[in-house]
Amino acid sequence: MGHIVIDSNRCKGCYFCITYCPKQILVISKKHNIQGYFPAELADDKKEQCTACKICALMCPDTAIEVFK
Amino acid sequence: MQAVFTRPKTLKDTPTHFCPGCTHGIAHRIVAEVIDELGISEKTIAIPGVGCCVFLYNYLDIDVLEAPHGRAPACATGMKRANPGRIIFAYQGDGDMAAIGTSEVIHAANRGENITVLYINNTVYGMTGGQMAPTTLLGQHTTTTPYGRNFRNEGYPIRMAEMLATLEGVAYSTRVALHKPKYVMQAKKAVAKAFTMQMNEMGFSMVEMLSTCNTNWRVSPTEAIDKIENEMIPYFPLGVFKERTGKDFL
Repeated sequence: MGHIVIDSNRCKGCYFCITYCPKQILVISKKHNIQGYFPAELADDKKEQCTACKICALMCPDTAIEVFK
Repeated sequence: MQAVFTRPKTLKDTPTHFCPGCTHGIAHRIVAEVIDELGISEKTIAIPGVGCCVFLYNYLDIDVLEAPHGRAPACATGMKRANPGRIIFAYQGDGDMAAIGTSEVIHAANRGENITVLYINNTVYGMTGGQMAPTTLLGQHTTTTPYGRNFRNEGYPIRMAEMLATLEGVAYSTRVALHKPKYVMQAKKAVAKAFTMQMNEMGFSMVEMLSTCNTNWRVSPTEAIDKIENEMIPYFPLGVFKERTGKDFL
């Protein structure tokens, strides 16, 4: 099982991670961050499905995602 | 739990000035990862051109020299000749390298200077507001081609990777893209190869990266990805156009 940590204040809301997540477990947050963007976040009910494939982190232009396994 | 993906050491913890969805940030991270993996952060000097890449010194924890518009390969030549043991790379956009600095890059490549040029191709002048660049696709709308680029007025988009591959001094010329995970992995391998070739004194190496500029293309980040796939790659095919295996030019 994997886990990701998104630095939500660094996220600019391009949603490449949501587009490319093979498990589709990332969603757009309902709360905006310090920059005014709506960041991506892990869906609460699908957290356990993360496989730590690193694709979200690979595609993040702002290096806001850290992946743990 | 063990971290399997974290920020590379060479990439400073600074928020970037890039627009949301600009793949320039991915290019910066790839370069930082390669520098970390090769362990050359103490002896690498970056020479960014003018454009969105100009703030490279804010993001990479290495020595940086700022070059005038288009003159990064010329500055890199001098830097490499004065410091032959250092790893020197120029980092340029398409307006910088394919328009203003065409002669610099062609002659640096033709002399076989032992430098690396990383070239970000997003088909417009990004920083100045989306004017037409030599790489702008036919029919593409920009602020200076409001009716779309027409070959009768503005000519055809220039393919730098193929053009430089014809020169004798070039050791490595390739085109990669940054819009999909598999292409990002290929891009990282290409950058690592270009740096390794420079360390082995093989000659001039060039990596062209197809990047998005969703702000000036007037589309969303995800639509910009489709635009690279459907419009740019058919005209700018990905692949390795030249790869030298030995020091056969000597």
